[in-house]
Amino acid sequence: MPEAVPSAARKAAFALTACAVLLAASACTGQPGSGATDDASKDTTINFWHAWSAPNEVKAVKSLVAGFEKAHPNIHVNVVGNMTDDKINQALRSGGDKAPDVISSFTTNNVGKFCSSGALVDLNPFFKKAGIDPEKTFPKPMNEYTQFDGNRCTVPLLGDAYGLYYNKTAFRKAGIARPPKTWSEFEADAKKLTIPQGDGYQQLGFMPDYHGWESTTEHYFAQFSPTYFDKDGKSDLAKDPAFQQGFALQKRLVDELGGFQKLERFRATLGDEWGPKHPFHTGQVAMQLDGEWRLGMAEQAKPAFGIGVAPLPVPDDQVNQYGKGYITGTIAGIAATSHKQNAAWEFVKYVSTDTDAVVGFANDIHNVPSTLAALKSPKLKYDPRFKTFLDIAANPYSATTPASVNGGQYLVTIQQFGYDYESGKVTDLKAGLRKTAAQIDTDIAQAK
Amino acid sequence: MSTVTLASRHRRSALRTLAFMSPWLIGFAVFFAYPLVSTVYFSFMHYDGFKPPTWSGGKNWAYVFEHYPLFWPALRNTLWLVLVMVTLRVVFGLGIGLLITKIKTGTGVFRTLFYLPYLAPPVAATMAFAFLLNPGTGPVNSILEKAGIPAPGWFNDPAWSKPALTLLALWGIGDLMVIFMAALLDVPAEQYEAAELDGASVWQRFRYVTLPNISPIVMFAVVTGVIQTMQYYTQPLIAGKVASGVIQGAGTQFEPGYPDKSTLTLPQLVYNLGFQRFDYGSACVVALVLFALSMGFTGLLMRRRGGLVQAGD
Repeated sequence: MPEAVPSAARKAAFALTACAVLLAASACTGQPGSGATDDASKDTTINFWHAWSAPNEVKAVKSLVAGFEKAHPNIHVNVVGNMTDDKINQALRSGGDKAPDVISSFTTNNVGKFCSSGALVDLNPFFKKAGIDPEKTFPKPMNEYTQFDGNRCTVPLLGDAYGLYYNKTAFRKAGIARPPKTWSEFEADAKKLTIPQGDGYQQLGFMPDYHGWESTTEHYFAQFSPTYFDKDGKSDLAKDPAFQQGFALQKRLVDELGGFQKLERFRATLGDEWGPKHPFHTGQVAMQLDGEWRLGMAEQAKPAFGIGVAPLPVPDDQVNQYGKGYITGTIAGIAATSHKQNAAWEFVKYVSTDTDAVVGFANDIHNVPSTLAALKSPKLKYDPRFKTFLDIAANPYSATTPASVNGGQYLVTIQQFGYDYESGKVTDLKAGLRKTAAQIDTDIAQAK
Repeated sequence: MSTVTLASRHRRSALRTLAFMSPWLIGFAVFFAYPLVSTVYFSFMHYDGFKPPTWSGGKNWAYVFEHYPLFWPALRNTLWLVLVMVTLRVVFGLGIGLLITKIKTGTGVFRTLFYLPYLAPPVAATMAFAFLLNPGTGPVNSILEKAGIPAPGWFNDPAWSKPALTLLALWGIGDLMVIFMAALLDVPAEQYEAAELDGASVWQRFRYVTLPNISPIVMFAVVTGVIQTMQYYTQPLIAGKVASGVIQGAGTQFEPGYPDKSTLTLPQLVYNLGFQRFDYGSACVVALVLFALSMGFTGLLMRRRGGLVQAGD
């Protein structure tokens, strides 16, 4: 027993070791700023890390890379797939021969962190040198979410647009002629489509919970066109009435469709988001807020009903903006630790701005193309319903969420408040929004 | 001349001692002293892992204690788990050990049955429990409902998520059971015989014969249990992710501690702050809190010994 204290000390220090050893290691090796001094015309190999993992996606990436290598025979690309942001973050810190020169991430929320920390290089000088104007190349929301504070450290690499999927058979049975255009119509339809059964539902019109996968705060709020930060960079959450409207709408839906506890209990019985038993595929929910990828997944599940697609509704006083939606997507950037930044730029330029490359990749992956030219390309193949998402992506009122110095932390904080409000833990919406806004400002000050 | 020889002999002896101690000394310096000093240093720095660290004074400390909304819930949860989970694990592990040592036939089968769950990888075990305890589709609630017992929400209910984690910990009690069994089998049989001759009841035999003999092992189980629970990370993280439905999907936002922060623990905050929010300074503050708590608990237990370890043990 006398050894117990030093043993305890060693074990307790284990948690610290992970933190501190990595800190020290990254302090020694992770300093960016190697600069672009390589010769992109010479024979070289670059590392490209991405997050795609499904077989068709991996095949699509291979095809994209093959197209690039054909166009640039001297630059070879070593592809590493199925990467998470956490692994990418570590590799960006450590650098080295095996670290990525080019990364792509599914999380636009991290752009602010990538840019402000200097983990990825500013691509503005590269665009200028290549004579490409990003504002004229990418759709407005995509142009916005790929930069922070004038630092364009990422480019859009295909996009995602959010809309409304609906069960045509259920609509017909409920006597609903067309998808709702306003939130009032949506509320009425969601109630009409809800068929109770015992303690749960035979069919739920819509799963409004913020835990309902894609029904996150930012996805709802895009329909209200909110401003997240004022000109001084302070949270606008408590000041912009769009947020109050968004929260109030969602809370009404939760209450009208059965209440938080009942909905949560039902949600626990549902199949997972990425499997064939997704509740929209099985007919358990009649309307679904989701991205363009859901169409292919839903069709693959061979549902016993017709699938309709439409933009999400808008507030009653904004009918003229019907057709807008939330836009996000995959991003790509060049590691600051890369010693092959010019060669990496050739790759990034090709995959993000070459119209045929972007169209081919979009066709293979079933995502929204991320350049204005590709969106209009006749080579773009799609189901007629997919056109809805292309239109949402091109809609001038469509919105995204701005990059922040601490990434998407402000969105997590808003979402956390959403959980408290929908569950009834917080009842005073205005006071809650003020407190949440103060928390967002504090978190940003801490990150600066 | 002889003084010089003596001094050089002492020096050689000291060097030899140091040489023999060097593996431990190097390990201590590299894996304990340096990380600890670095953690203290970085807790006063603003450091995102990319730009060089800059001095920030007590800002990180103030942020964690005053403004980081996850800190106090995580601390409360960690303390709850230390008190409840460690106590139940020791009681349950000892109980199972006692039962198995008393069984006359089929001991091997029971030993294996109770030890096997311990071999399950934590992620797989947690996912299996999340499936079994799913409030809507899980077999446990189906059975409870058929028996007319109100079914809890388990990992989906903040009031039940920590008890569900405790159940998971009790299921994997195999390690403690084996240690207790070894200790129980070591208790001298003649002491039981003497107690029986004196007319001691079952409880009295346990209280006055078994417990004093195995008290150092109980102490060991409590101390290591406290330290393990302080580092509890994988199971609550996986349980929260599975129950909230965000186990899959790159880019899906993760709500740490689902439901309602009830499965948050301090090690999760170290990861969240350091590796997800790039705030290494604050992560180090939480790591130091964890360290101080572990040292505090262990020191207190060793000093008081809970009346378990007798003098001379």
